Amino acid sequence: MTMLIDVLSWICLAGGGLFCMVGAAGMLRMPDFYTRMHAASVIETLGVGLLLAGLMLQAGLTLVTVKLLVIGLLVMFASPTASHALARAAMVRGVEPLLERGEGASKP
Amino acid sequence: MLKSASLAFFLFVFWLLLSGIYEPFLIGAGVFSSVLVVWIARRMELVDAEGHPAHLGWGALTYWPWLIREIVVSALAVTRIILDPKLPISPTLVRFRPRQKTTVGLVTHANSITLTPGTISMEVAPGEFLVHALTREGAQAAADSEMDRRVERFEAGR
Repeated sequence: MTMLIDVLSWICLAGGGLFCMVGAAGMLRMPDFYTRMHAASVIETLGVGLLLAGLMLQAGLTLVTVKLLVIGLLVMFASPTASHALARAAMVRGVEPLLERGEGASKP
Repeated sequence: MLKSASLAFFLFVFWLLLSGIYEPFLIGAGVFSSVLVVWIARRMELVDAEGHPAHLGWGALTYWPWLIREIVVSALAVTRIILDPKLPISPTLVRFRPRQKTTVGLVTHANSITLTPGTISMEVAPGEFLVHALTREGAQAAADSEMDRRVERFEAGR
C-alpha cells in the first residue's frame, strides 16, 4: 500500500515537473505577450496542481495535507486574478495582441 | 449578523487547521482573533454577499470538480500546441455577453476563463467580456459556454 502511494506520488511529482517544463518551453516558443501568458497558465494549473497532489500523497492524512490544500485554493483564486490584471495592464498600455489575419476579429 | 457568525466560524476552523497545537491558550487566542477580525471586517463593511458569499451553498462546491476537469482538458490541449513543431496557434479576441448578474457570478466566470489554459479574460464588465484565446476554436467555445450556464446556475443558489 505504501509502495502504491509512493509510486502514485512520484508519478504526480514527475508529471508536475514535466508540465512546468512544457509551460517554460511554451513561454519561449510563443510569439507575443498574450500567447506567452497562455503557456504560463499550464504551469500554474496542471504544474502546480500535480506537484501539490504528489506532496499530499507523501504527507498522507495529516494537517500538512490540509495546508497543501489551502495553498492550492490560494493559487486557484489568486493566479487568475493576477493574470487578468497583467493582461489588462498590458492592453491598457497599448500592447497590441498578435491576431490571426482575416476572420474579422474585433479589436478592443 | 448570521453572516458575521458564519465568517467567525470559518476563520476559527481555519485557525485550528493551520495551528495544529490544541492547548487552551492557543484555542482561546484563535477565538479572540476570529472575533477581532470579524469586528474589523464589519467596521470596514466587508461582511456582505460579496465578501463572504456563504449563501451560494453546495452549488459552488459541485462547480469545482467540473472546473478542474475543464482545466485538465484545456491544459492538455495547450500542451499539445506547445509541443507541436508547427505551433498551430490562431490568437483571437472575442467579445460576448455573460449571463451572470451578481458580482460574485461575474468574477467566478472571469476567473474560470483565465484559469483554464488557452483563454484569458482581458476586460470584465457587467454584460460584456473581452476574452483572448490561443486558438480560434477556443474563442468560439468561450462565448455562450457550458461554463456560463453553470456559473449562472450556482450564483442563483441552485
